[in-house]
Amino acid sequence: MTTYAFYPGCVAKGGAPELYQSMVAVGEKLGFSLSELTGAACTGAGVISERDPLAGDVVNTRTFAMAEQLGHPIMTICSTCTGVMAQVASRVNQDEAYRSEVNQYLTDEGLEYRGTTEVKHLLWVLVEDYGLDRLKEMVVRPLEGVRLAPFYGCYIVRPSSSVDPLTAGREGYLEQVIATLGADPVEEYRGKDKCCGFPLLETNKKSSLALTGKRLDEARDVSADALVTPCPLCHLNLDGQQPDTPSATSTAPMPILHLPQAIGLALGIAPERLGLGRHIIDTKGFMGKLAVAG
Amino acid sequence: MDVQLKVRRQNPEAEGEPYWKEYALAVPNHFTLLDALIQVREEVDETLSLRCSCRSHICGSCGMRVNGHANLACKTKLSDLHTDTVTVEPMGNMPVIKDLVVDLEPFWKKLYSIDPYLQPAGEVPEREYVVPADSMLHLDGVVNCIMCGACVSDCESLSVNPIFIGPTAFAKEYRFVMDPRDAADTQRLMQMNGPGGVWDCTHCFKCVEVCPKDVAPMDRIMAMRKMLVDDGVAEKHNGARRQKAFTDIVGHYGRLDETRYLMKSVTMLELAGYAKVGLRSMTHGKLPPLLPHRIPDAARIRRIFERTRSTYRRRFKLHQQAQEGSRV
Repeated sequence: MTTYAFYPGCVAKGGAPELYQSMVAVGEKLGFSLSELTGAACTGAGVISERDPLAGDVVNTRTFAMAEQLGHPIMTICSTCTGVMAQVASRVNQDEAYRSEVNQYLTDEGLEYRGTTEVKHLLWVLVEDYGLDRLKEMVVRPLEGVRLAPFYGCYIVRPSSSVDPLTAGREGYLEQVIATLGADPVEEYRGKDKCCGFPLLETNKKSSLALTGKRLDEARDVSADALVTPCPLCHLNLDGQQPDTPSATSTAPMPILHLPQAIGLALGIAPERLGLGRHIIDTKGFMGKLAVAG
Repeated sequence: MDVQLKVRRQNPEAEGEPYWKEYALAVPNHFTLLDALIQVREEVDETLSLRCSCRSHICGSCGMRVNGHANLACKTKLSDLHTDTVTVEPMGNMPVIKDLVVDLEPFWKKLYSIDPYLQPAGEVPEREYVVPADSMLHLDGVVNCIMCGACVSDCESLSVNPIFIGPTAFAKEYRFVMDPRDAADTQRLMQMNGPGGVWDCTHCFKCVEVCPKDVAPMDRIMAMRKMLVDDGVAEKHNGARRQKAFTDIVGHYGRLDETRYLMKSVTMLELAGYAKVGLRSMTHGKLPPLLPHRIPDAARIRRIFERTRSTYRRRFKLHQQAQEGSRV
């Protein structure tokens, strides 16, 4: 089994601790070898690049160099981290002149990035490295009878200049994983690659919540029982802000699962270990549906 | 090749609700979606309405949604879609006139609202305005815009915020702000910092993705946000506060501290509105740690940010000198 330089990201260590704990539990169960990059900095989540693009590129290149030194690919559990890193990689991996400019800021730490680190989200690792057949063998509690709609968000599918699901053959990965876990992956869900509204939260809260509400309404329209997302920032809005969305009072709550939580349930890990009690939108109704179906 | 076109049709003038109509066609392999739609109109169903003109992705008339994403029908080769069924819908964020024809009036209004023309200062020169070639090179991509509306169609912010000026108009705004001959910078910057301005973009990359001409509107919007901050125009705007808070916190601790970030990003009044979110999070065991979490060696991150900042200051000075030089 490949060892991964594990990059959990800030949100899994802050506002969505259930993501980190569920990843650790799933990693143990699947036999992942994860070496956490505790000294790596935040990717900047697309915000630092607005203000200080060079600093954004340097801190991410620093993370790449740390993984390169360890000789492991990076595994993330956050679409936004993945996307930002992929964007930086598309600049520093190919362009040697720019890479050496960026490397200048790393020399006093004894780091130099040579352009070889691969960055993969857990979703990609599951399909490409671990294998869906193997994952299927590990499923002891198939999620049969529930409709789990995929919510990719933006950063893991756009821009195609750095993350292109089509050319990388990564289209439909989330649906494939959901199906492997035994659930119905609600292919007709139109909100899957649209915006959750998170980036607008501080600048235009009304628009932010309207976008969040739209994604949830689209899921209700196709009778999804829950959404599954590889992005904790999307989770912060879809789950955390859900009670404040325009249609919240007139519609049924929509539970939002982190990707490792959905996997963990199918692997038979106890819901408490997956942090399913730490959601703003109660997951008990969803768990009830699972129990009835099972 | 055989292709099934699933077209969303509507005739609002006759108060018709939208419906799907399917057309099965056998077409040559080289056919574009536009070729196929024209074949439908000429041979199968003359009531199908669509706009087109040049058929060579120059005029920007045949924008529509293909399998859910905006594109030019004439630029979409059917054999490249790798699917037998192609869904075709009118562009989004604009009212439908009939079938695939949308009303572009709101699109043009947004564009006119930014004064999309050069506004030079001073005496009109006897001959042309002369600028160094270097100062125009970075406008290379942005001047390619053909006003097809694809970016506006798929803009996530516009779908919930009708006053957002939007990707096409902002790409055009960038084209003038960055033009050394244009002297309306202050007025332009004030407008983009106001309601419906650049801070209302949700950073979803959709416009970058669907643009058939690689104009990259979102990248231009982000560049203008930086301009607003660098020029001190946006100081009090949450957008600038958010950028500064994020950068300062990561630049100091190496990692984002969500509580501190929120406190520094919004006004005191808005912060009060977040109290219930905080309470909600606390009761669910997910409130971020109150003490800032930092990475080991956070000092190294601090040093990186200090050094890149001084690089910027140096470059900015050089840039200013170059701009002043070009105006003389």
